[in-house]
Amino acid sequence: MTDKKTHPVPEDMPAVQLQGVHKWYGEFHVLKNINMDVARGERIVICGPSGSGKSTMIRCINRLEEHQKGHIIVDGTELTSDVKNIEQIRREVGMVFQHFNLFPHLTVLENCTLAPIWVRKMPRAEAEEIAMHYLEKVRIPEQANKYPGQLSGGQQQRVAIARSLCMNPAIMLFDEPTSALDPEMIKEVLDTMIELAETGMTMLCVTHEMGFAKTVANRVVFMDGGEIIETNDPHEFFDNPQHERTQLFLSQILQH
Amino acid sequence: MSESSVQQEYAPGTHPDWDPPVTEVGVIGWLRENLFSNWWNSLLTLLGIYLAYLIFVPLIDWAVVHADWSGDTRDACTSGGACWVFVKVRLGQFLYGFYPADQVWRVNLTGALFALLILWLTLPRIPYKRVAGVLGLVVFPVVAYFLLHGGSFGLSEVETTKWGGLTLTLVLAVVGIVAAFPLGILLALGRRSEMPIVRALSVAYIELWRGVPLITVLFMSSVMLPLFLPEGVNFDKLLRALIGIILFQASYIAEVVRGGLQAIPKGQYEAADALGLNYGKKMILIILPQALKLVIPGIVNTFNELFKDTTLVLIIGLLDLLAIIKAALEDPNWLGYSIEGYVFAGAVFWIFCFGMSRYSQALERKLHTGHKR
Repeated sequence: MTDKKTHPVPEDMPAVQLQGVHKWYGEFHVLKNINMDVARGERIVICGPSGSGKSTMIRCINRLEEHQKGHIIVDGTELTSDVKNIEQIRREVGMVFQHFNLFPHLTVLENCTLAPIWVRKMPRAEAEEIAMHYLEKVRIPEQANKYPGQLSGGQQQRVAIARSLCMNPAIMLFDEPTSALDPEMIKEVLDTMIELAETGMTMLCVTHEMGFAKTVANRVVFMDGGEIIETNDPHEFFDNPQHERTQLFLSQILQH
Repeated sequence: MSESSVQQEYAPGTHPDWDPPVTEVGVIGWLRENLFSNWWNSLLTLLGIYLAYLIFVPLIDWAVVHADWSGDTRDACTSGGACWVFVKVRLGQFLYGFYPADQVWRVNLTGALFALLILWLTLPRIPYKRVAGVLGLVVFPVVAYFLLHGGSFGLSEVETTKWGGLTLTLVLAVVGIVAAFPLGILLALGRRSEMPIVRALSVAYIELWRGVPLITVLFMSSVMLPLFLPEGVNFDKLLRALIGIILFQASYIAEVVRGGLQAIPKGQYEAADALGLNYGKKMILIILPQALKLVIPGIVNTFNELFKDTTLVLIIGLLDLLAIIKAALEDPNWLGYSIEGYVFAGAVFWIFCFGMSRYSQALERKLHTGHKR
């Protein structure tokens, strides 16, 4: 699925660097001194109890949220308040949301071609060709001319993944991509994500799907109270958690 | 008889799809279900039929059966019903005001072009809507101005003081709608802007214009504005009224559109942002198409109101359809036919407003995507 990058970045440069990142919502300190490097092609799963700041952290990476302190460097470019700079980073970073956020007034195909045409200035025919390529990858090319409202949740989320991939991003962010799905649709979305991981995409996933974490992740990051509590190899993380709070969290989610 | 006593047993997982139960069939069934389901509803139905009889029989008798259609003077009106002769004789004035009779073809041509554009834009079968949109918004206003106002291309100049009747009403309404709509959208976006000064200015504008009656605005434009202008500078009265109407209605449209913008989930903004769309593209491609679709009823409401509010220009001496009918009623030759005049005015306004309303409903259906849940 990976094509050539649009601008050259040294291979050993991390895809994402977070250095001493802090964020506040008013008085509330949501992110506390976040430090993390994500290598190119690395797949990170971020988990933690609700309100731990995990979604906020990945939303800072494409500036859906603004951090107030520290540095975030994405693909070699530091995020600043400059609009051009933000738009450039957003072109390189794809995002998949919990509630899909497909554009309901556009067909599946139009959802996929919109950004390539209007942001990348790609000719329509080429954009449609690429869109169909990715819709085939997520196994719903036959739905291309339907509207999102006519699809099931799982199909919508796969379209959302295809829509992001059409921009040929260097990094993909997943913000609880299966949390809003019915149980029988979770697998089809996870399978799509696993296939994407196999192509070598750099991925940051906020998810509670521990099976996915075990199969796909290079590292699991556990957050609580706005801090990174523990970062570990997935097997170590599940079998031999180091921190007390990690143990408590795992015992709670793995009980049933 | 309970369902279970007759229901055949199926093994779990093998129950076939059944047709829904048919309780009442056909016209008789419908009547029984909806109009005569019990003695009380039957009584109400009969009462309703009697009331309709009381209202519609005399009305049709007056308007059609005993109405007078032919002739040129009031002497032709002898049947005791409506005297449509009055409307017939005055029709030219009702439609064109005091537009010179030998130049009326210019109004007709403009009207025909306008009707063609409307058909092109509204009938789903005709393609190239974008071409029609550009023609309608860019080419047509220029053509219409030179046709109606004249003064060049060998056309004699017809001053706006001579415009009147339905022509004037339509000019006010169409220009008002076409100009107030984009201005209203900009104001709605301004009011939701993150830039404090833009937001404050938009709020101030909207609240100021929404807080004054349209009559006041028209008075100001026609009586007060000239006081502040230097000696000798004289704006066209019609232009002043138009600007007043546009600025006034834009504030209403802004609030309707803002309602739509507020109904769009935050996720739509975020998805557009995450794809790298800038503010303008995000609004034009993602947010506004959805927001405007949601508020079509409100927008059409405002347009309908604007259309009918154009009658207020009579207080500053412009003779729109209603004003010119009122003027005709004072003609000593036609005293006493005010009912016919007002019914005619009402019917014309109703046709245009109903047309807008029907089109908006068709548009809503066309733009509806996906299933309602």
